[in-house]
Amino acid sequence: MNNVAAVELVNVTKTFGSVVANRNVNMDVKKGEILAILGENGSGKTTLMNMLSGIYHPDEGQIFIDGKEAQISSPKDAFAYRIGMIHQHFKLVDIFTAAENIVLGIDDGKFDPKGISKKVEEISAKYGFEIDPSKKIYEMAVSEKQTVEIVKVLYRGADILILDEPTAVLTPQETQKLFAVLRQMRADGKAVIIITHKLHEVLSISDRVAILRKGEHIATVNTAETSETELTELMVGQKVALNIERDAPQGCLDRLTVSHVNCVSREGVKLLDDVSFTAKSGEILGIAGIAGSGQRELLEAIAGLQHLDGGEITYVNPKNGEIVNLRDKNPKQIKELGVRLSFVPEDRLGMGLVGNMDITDNMMLRSYRRGKSMFLDRKRPKNLAEEIIKSLQVVTPGAGTPVRRLSGGNVQKVLVGREIASAPSVLMVAYPVRGLDINSSYTIYNLLNTQKRNGVAVIFVGEDLDVLMELCDRIMVIGSGKITGIVDGRSCTKEEIGYLMTKTEKAEEGENA
Amino acid sequence: MKKEKKSVKTAENTLPSAVKKTERELPFYVVKRGDAEQTFGRAALIRASAIVIALLLCGIATIFVTGDNPISIYATMFKGAFGDAHNLWKTLQDLAILLCVSLAVTPAFKMRFWNTGAEGQVLISALATAMCMFYFGGAVPTPVLMLIMVAGSVLAGVIWAVIPAIFKAFWGTNETLFTLMMNYVAIQLVEVFLKVADKSGSNTVGPSLLKHGWFPELFGQKYLLNILIVAVLTVLVYIYLKYSKHGYEISVVGESENTARYIGVNVKKVIIRTMVVSGALCGVAGLLLVAGTSHSIDSNLVGGRGFTAIMVSWLAKFNPLMMVLTTLLLVFLNRGSAEVTTKFGLNTAYSEILTGVILFFIIGCEFFIQYKIVANRSHKLFKKKGGSENV
Amino acid sequence: MFDLISQFIQRAILQGTPLLFGSTGEIITEKSGNLNLGIPGIMYMGGISGVIGGFFYQQSVRIVNPVLAILIPLVCALAGSLLASLIYCFLTITLKANQNVTGLALTTFGVGFGNFFGGSLIKLVDSDVPSIALTKIAKVYKTTLPFAQWLEDSDSLPLQILEWFCKTFLSYGFMVYLAVVVALIAAVLLKKTRMGLHLRAVGENPATADAAGINVTKYKYFATCIGGMIAGLGGLYYVMDYTNGVWSNNGFGDRGWLAIALVIFATWKPNFAILGSYLFGALYILFNYIEGASMEIIPVLKMLPYLVTILVLIFVSMRKKRENQPPASLGLSYFREER
Repeated sequence: MNNVAAVELVNVTKTFGSVVANRNVNMDVKKGEILAILGENGSGKTTLMNMLSGIYHPDEGQIFIDGKEAQISSPKDAFAYRIGMIHQHFKLVDIFTAAENIVLGIDDGKFDPKGISKKVEEISAKYGFEIDPSKKIYEMAVSEKQTVEIVKVLYRGADILILDEPTAVLTPQETQKLFAVLRQMRADGKAVIIITHKLHEVLSISDRVAILRKGEHIATVNTAETSETELTELMVGQKVALNIERDAPQGCLDRLTVSHVNCVSREGVKLLDDVSFTAKSGEILGIAGIAGSGQRELLEAIAGLQHLDGGEITYVNPKNGEIVNLRDKNPKQIKELGVRLSFVPEDRLGMGLVGNMDITDNMMLRSYRRGKSMFLDRKRPKNLAEEIIKSLQVVTPGAGTPVRRLSGGNVQKVLVGREIASAPSVLMVAYPVRGLDINSSYTIYNLLNTQKRNGVAVIFVGEDLDVLMELCDRIMVIGSGKITGIVDGRSCTKEEIGYLMTKTEKAEEGENA
Repeated sequence: MKKEKKSVKTAENTLPSAVKKTERELPFYVVKRGDAEQTFGRAALIRASAIVIALLLCGIATIFVTGDNPISIYATMFKGAFGDAHNLWKTLQDLAILLCVSLAVTPAFKMRFWNTGAEGQVLISALATAMCMFYFGGAVPTPVLMLIMVAGSVLAGVIWAVIPAIFKAFWGTNETLFTLMMNYVAIQLVEVFLKVADKSGSNTVGPSLLKHGWFPELFGQKYLLNILIVAVLTVLVYIYLKYSKHGYEISVVGESENTARYIGVNVKKVIIRTMVVSGALCGVAGLLLVAGTSHSIDSNLVGGRGFTAIMVSWLAKFNPLMMVLTTLLLVFLNRGSAEVTTKFGLNTAYSEILTGVILFFIIGCEFFIQYKIVANRSHKLFKKKGGSENV
Repeated sequence: MFDLISQFIQRAILQGTPLLFGSTGEIITEKSGNLNLGIPGIMYMGGISGVIGGFFYQQSVRIVNPVLAILIPLVCALAGSLLASLIYCFLTITLKANQNVTGLALTTFGVGFGNFFGGSLIKLVDSDVPSIALTKIAKVYKTTLPFAQWLEDSDSLPLQILEWFCKTFLSYGFMVYLAVVVALIAAVLLKKTRMGLHLRAVGENPATADAAGINVTKYKYFATCIGGMIAGLGGLYYVMDYTNGVWSNNGFGDRGWLAIALVIFATWKPNFAILGSYLFGALYILFNYIEGASMEIIPVLKMLPYLVTILVLIFVSMRKKRENQPPASLGLSYFREER
């Protein structure tokens, strides 16, 4: 029995348009085993698992469940194969109780709340959960919601469990509890797949580790025979030369200082934890980190979009050396203080631009208040739009085209072009080349370099380590809302950054079971 | 307002390749049209054909009801709306009032604030106008009375509109339901006034009690002033929405609250300010209805225009100039079918049925502008024929 | 005094019943995430369809058969309101049209439909008054339980109290009880059954419901049609029972909107709607019982249900208690995007 894999993927390939998310992936999980899947952002982990849970259908390749080929084309099919996935974003109805969420969608005749609660308690007792079936979801902490998701899957009789970054939202203690539960499941003969970035967790929980990089399966190793160093190397791969130009920073002066900034979410999770750093004029400061480690909150805090629970953000005016405090100011107030701050947010069409407006009107977003008149001045923005279209080679029928009609690269050129046009002294960009082709990416790199030469303090949040290492003068690494280190962009190694990215407080405590 | 966003979040990643194709699938599936496909010409064509189909259908139904031939029915409708000077003026007057209410709801809708309370906002302004005429008429000189009437009706409209806006801005109170309820409060307030002003127990306060403060006739046309005022307002609202900073902020808040935050727009302020504008325009509509048209007030004075205006504005995609056309369409239907009903002795409600049917078609056709239905080639229905058709 | 109270309660219940049908129907509809502002139109269509069925039946026979007299208008009313609901469903669910606009258009259509056919029937009978009377059928609809009569003029106090009780609470046509029963069933269905759970999930978070394998479209259609049919019964009750079978155009008035107000007042709970409807009904007729009340007080009292509803809406939104909020996806179309 043990020879037959619970799940086996053979040559699975999935593409979205021209982007290959997974290429020829071969992988298996046995019963009574915990398999960790390790990979950087965008390495195709979640896409791969979504094919098991019926959200996507592979373009090529086969999936075998218990040795038999399976066609999984909906979440319902996945349930039928006893596959249950716990997504990163919980799919729960807020105003329902735990029990109601657990049985949602199951049609097994009569509805018996007592029987359900009893069964839920049985499952909980078996694996060591703590759960109150009658508690409402909106009253729950994140870890409790996750428990509900897991019980929901077990209630449906899942034998194959997939957890997508389950520890991202948990405290160290909660993580330990979860791991205890997972070990219990392994002992019960279930196959468990866990997606995670954190190396110490991989080493602590898994039996084997499968590593994905850029959509391809690189290797599967036995956890007992590997080390953090080996895993890091496999995950980040060899350094790839990109030949992005990089001048030595010149005339570096402190421009923006962030000191001891704290930020807590409504659920009480620390989004930013005592963050301190200084961005200097004439250099590019890179920010590396696993997605969702607090990068967005950090930039939004500086831009005046995120409420701070502590700390200061100060700006040195390059003209007169005046020091301005940005804390608790909204973007309009920041601008009125004479702070020349530009921000290219991650969500281009949802925040940086208005998709239904044309390029000219999008140019005005930052500047429409100019002048005392109650009417808009469209002449200047129109000229700017045409200038940007020309200088950045934006492919568009004209300045009157709604930006949502443009391709991703052109949208980004419009956005970056606008933010640079206001002659900033601090420029923050979040994932500026995500989804862009090579040429557009290099256009953006060149723009950032020009800004750097002009003495702008550039803050660059990126996900591709190769790019960060070739473009940035310094690289700051953030993990779980904390700064885990700042390294020199020219001398650091990829492994070093990879290690800092996956290093967390918990690892430092050396609390590895 | 945040809720709206969920449905707006368009499926950029709805690639046809991502649509699963299994045997159990339906023979057709729905795909969002690419942006390139949503051209103005195509949209206009789809809308025009919906109206034509609806008109044909209504024609056929009318043939059954009246036994007349179709050409004659459409001719009658046309005659009713534009046939002679009297009908034409009446049509223009109806158009002016409905357009005015539609202009009033538009800024709020552009901001995605679902104001279903224009009916009440106009009615309360009409009440304010009538009260000014009733209590101050004859007591103060006419120009002063006029000023009081304008101030009173605008103020009433603003108050009625801004109350739900404040609650929406600060506590997220559902504005659709709030404004809807305010309509019926306004209706009952009018009833109170009717009982107070006319002790005879009639359910209108008519011209005999509201003798002062009538709008003057221009060139012997009693409705001309109304029409001119609304024409000016149309241009003003168009300019306000398109060329003013306020209008720009309204668009940004309506499109994406996140972007509004990003550029430091105070969303609460914009919501309240826009509803003040909306309410003031409703105030003008109320004023035109009482002082410029009926010289009387009753609780059905607005006659559902507040609701029809929502459709006018929505059909015109919130463009005030386009609204002239959509208003014209609805007024034509209404006046035309009224003529049909008198000619054939049908009852007047027939025109409401026709209006309803045509609206259904226009509302439904929007789907075909945004989505297309694609044949699922892997379905067994198409296996034999092997053809696929794009609708 | 006893009689006065009894009469007051009776009239409040009679007034409240159409509202109860309407709001029960609308609650079920809104629980699926559809804000159906066409309910007033649907109630009109339910009423007039019942009248049409009843009219032709009454015209065609000399003596009405009680079973048919009830069934024919009932089935017609259900069919009429089902048709109206299907129009709404097709436009908002299948064609994903804006719910507010569609609902308002449906109300225009429904009221027009009612008045047109009402007017046509009136013309058909050539009566002097602009209304149409289905007295024979109404009599069947108004048939009450005979308890109260049995106990008439009893001497002993307990029996008198019993008589009072029967008069006050057991002296209605069957539709008054039907309204309560339907509301109670709806309450139980929504709260205690799997179907109710699934329906609420669809209205709260259709994406989650979809992921859990619930057919969102089916549930939305189903709930909106059932809801519309229940509301249609309110229209039928109004003509056949409340007005003794007399249809007059626009007679139904603003009761449809009052029913929508009641949904908010009852915070989307059908069992609360029962009491709420009688309370609204009582406010509607209260002026008759206020001594020396002037005419102005009538509209003020009629305004109260709406004012109270607004206060409830404000209170609920300020208090932010999750259970009392409108269904989270109310008014939004659902389009499955991820695949």
